[in-house]
Amino acid sequence: MELHDVWFVLIAVLWTGYFFLEGFDFGVGILTKLLARDRAEKRVLINTIGPVWDGNEVWLLTAGGATFAAFPEWYATLFSGFYLPLLVILVCLIVRGVAFEYRAKRPEENWQRNWETAIFWSSLIPSFLWGVAFGNIVRGVKIDQHFEYVGTFWDLLNPYALLGGLVTLTLFTFHGAVFTALKTVGDIRERARKLATRVGIVTAAVALVFLVWTQVDNGDAKSLVALVVAVVALIAALLANQAGREGWSFALSGITIVAAVAMLFLSLFPNVMPSSLNEHWSLTVTNASSSPYTLKIMTWCAAVATPLVLLYQGWTYWVFRKRIGTQHIAEPAH
Amino acid sequence: MELALAPETLARWQFGITTVYHFLFVPLTISLAALTAGLQTAWVRTENEKYLRATKFWGKLFLINIAMGVVTGIVQEFQFGMNWSDYSRFVGDIFGAPLAFEALIAFFFESTFIGLWIFGWDKLPKKIHLACIWMVSIGTILSAYFILAANSWMQHPVGYKIDKVRGRAELTDFWAVLTQNTALSQVFHTLSAAFLTGGAFMVGIAAYHLARKKHVREMKTSLRLGLVTVVIAGLLTAVSGDVLGKVMFKQQPMKMAAAEALWDGEDSAPFSIFAYGDVEKGHNSVAIEIPGVLSFLANDDFTSYVPGINDVNKAEQQKFGPGDYRPNIPVTFWGFRWMIGFGMSSFALGLAGLWLTRKRFMLPQHLRVGEDEVPHLVLFKNKALSPKLTTWYWRIAIWTLAFPLIANSWGWIFTEMGRQPWVVYGVLQTRDAVSPGVSQGEVLTSMIVLTSLYAILAVVEIKLLVKYVKAGPPELTEADLNPPTKIGGDSRDADKPMAFSY
Repeated sequence: MELHDVWFVLIAVLWTGYFFLEGFDFGVGILTKLLARDRAEKRVLINTIGPVWDGNEVWLLTAGGATFAAFPEWYATLFSGFYLPLLVILVCLIVRGVAFEYRAKRPEENWQRNWETAIFWSSLIPSFLWGVAFGNIVRGVKIDQHFEYVGTFWDLLNPYALLGGLVTLTLFTFHGAVFTALKTVGDIRERARKLATRVGIVTAAVALVFLVWTQVDNGDAKSLVALVVAVVALIAALLANQAGREGWSFALSGITIVAAVAMLFLSLFPNVMPSSLNEHWSLTVTNASSSPYTLKIMTWCAAVATPLVLLYQGWTYWVFRKRIGTQHIAEPAH
Repeated sequence: MELALAPETLARWQFGITTVYHFLFVPLTISLAALTAGLQTAWVRTENEKYLRATKFWGKLFLINIAMGVVTGIVQEFQFGMNWSDYSRFVGDIFGAPLAFEALIAFFFESTFIGLWIFGWDKLPKKIHLACIWMVSIGTILSAYFILAANSWMQHPVGYKIDKVRGRAELTDFWAVLTQNTALSQVFHTLSAAFLTGGAFMVGIAAYHLARKKHVREMKTSLRLGLVTVVIAGLLTAVSGDVLGKVMFKQQPMKMAAAEALWDGEDSAPFSIFAYGDVEKGHNSVAIEIPGVLSFLANDDFTSYVPGINDVNKAEQQKFGPGDYRPNIPVTFWGFRWMIGFGMSSFALGLAGLWLTRKRFMLPQHLRVGEDEVPHLVLFKNKALSPKLTTWYWRIAIWTLAFPLIANSWGWIFTEMGRQPWVVYGVLQTRDAVSPGVSQGEVLTSMIVLTSLYAILAVVEIKLLVKYVKAGPPELTEADLNPPTKIGGDSRDADKPMAFSY
């Protein structure tokens, strides 16, 4: 295994981490409209992810930075090619971060309601768009011999990619509902479980179609294994949720995400961004990667820093391990 | 296509707008993290409640500010690929690494521990909670270091070779990128200026309350801390600026010649206080100058030779082929002056403040005040300033709070515009760095969207800051004074509301 293969795996790990972690906090954001009955419940939801959403988002920044460093051509083609969808995601992430921090800083009804609306949409839109983006990456887009994306914005909205968007949207919502059931007490916990079942069934249906489609188009034996794991884990997550085993259910919905992302990257390899115009114009782990020297330095950095990050981020979850309910939310002084 | 709307021009405007905007929050984040951590350390060590109230007050302003710094930082990470894809392809092998290091080491640190700090008041024992804000502070400084090392490579590329086959620059010596003198002096200068910014912010807001005789205990402490910070950081900013200037004279003579509107090289080159020139003809029509000072700034020698804009332009034409290698001279010239002028006036104000509010043992008996009283401003030995002058000092202190922010912005505009037409000095020109596949409409859309969003958020943020500045330090609660002894919080009452919630 050469270093650029190692980095292909590491990039996959970073995206997996991002979708696993931000997946549930996007989901929780979406639930503020679907699940919460009043402001107090909205605040319960927001506060389940309060201490951690920012750290979760850094997985995206690291995935972006690491792609820049390890596969500059991939970074350049992807970010300039998917320009408008990425701009929309950027705007959402900006609004979302500010919304969490500022929502409770003023007592006015309008102020709070506007930020709550912002949290919902800025969680929902990226949840959908990330799926569209990855759908397009796996399917292949119009890339010319200079590695430039020459398609249009509308080319990105093809049925396969849109279905991918639906998968991430429903899967993150399910993941978020399961997380809510795990992290809350009281009435909202029960309702989160019920909602998780409903969303989970839809997720299973959409995900099955999308993953099988991927397998038929680009799959091999390894990706088939990942597909089976993803589907089985999702069904098991649903059953665990039904049985009231919230910890198991969350772990299993996490495994679903891990396996689904793994499957996408497995069907991609050794390409990183296939060209739909001419297979010789595809970006691959070889022609898109950095020099061995740079990859070596990056490998050292990742080998030292990643375990530390997992350690202290994991510790954060342990510090904030208590379930919360409406009784734990105090009216802030203004 | 209209030249003014060329994708390159738009991409540059977008980069300028988003970066200057982002950098309004960065220096405040860096310095307020450390200053808040300092105040909280004082609380943990002395158990004097004024320190805790001050920590909560400045901590809240810090959080309002860092939220903006974080979200505007995401744009920075994305827009190299979006608008500058040819740049990314050409330099990614080198430039990407410090960015990845920044994310992996610094961003994770900052964002994880800030969450622990915000929500951890009733979940973490006192000392561990304190350690969290120090971790945030270390994170902000590491982040500054990596991104400045990356920028320094654009100012002065080292440790690389050009791979002709792949048409890109490749890293050969990462250590050189991280430790070259450009990087070290730039880090030194930027961090000092960041602390000058935070110090002036603290002084201004403390002055606001002291002028109204409100929250005197906390604000006296804050004023003192702010003033000391301003003076030390101001001094270091000047020293590091001088060091960085000398490095720039060697590495980018064009930038420094343009900074002085020195058209033709000369011995004993003067420092220009004011100049109005004719860029086409390449000379100044009016100039007020101090002889010899520029030579001194460049080489520590009042009589040495400093090359001018026309000389460097000719030399670069010989080296790199025909073309115009001059940056925008008026912007570079005035940017340099606004940076120094605004930065040093807040330093002067801090120095004056430190003298005017000097401690009791340096004052005669009748001018000393108690713990709860606003200090007299004492200029001469036995006499306090008149009420009118006192009011003016407080007023000026409030208004100059923004001066370092202006200086920082101009500093970046100066150093980035002064490097043009290069994006990587001597290696890659800005016009060759933009995304060839991105249309004018797309760049225009993104520029308009981001600029409008930033404008709206600026209004929201400033209003919020003003609200919390005016509110002053909060009253302490029972929970504040009884921090938990166990990690995860004491389980005395399972239904107790959280100390902080969104």
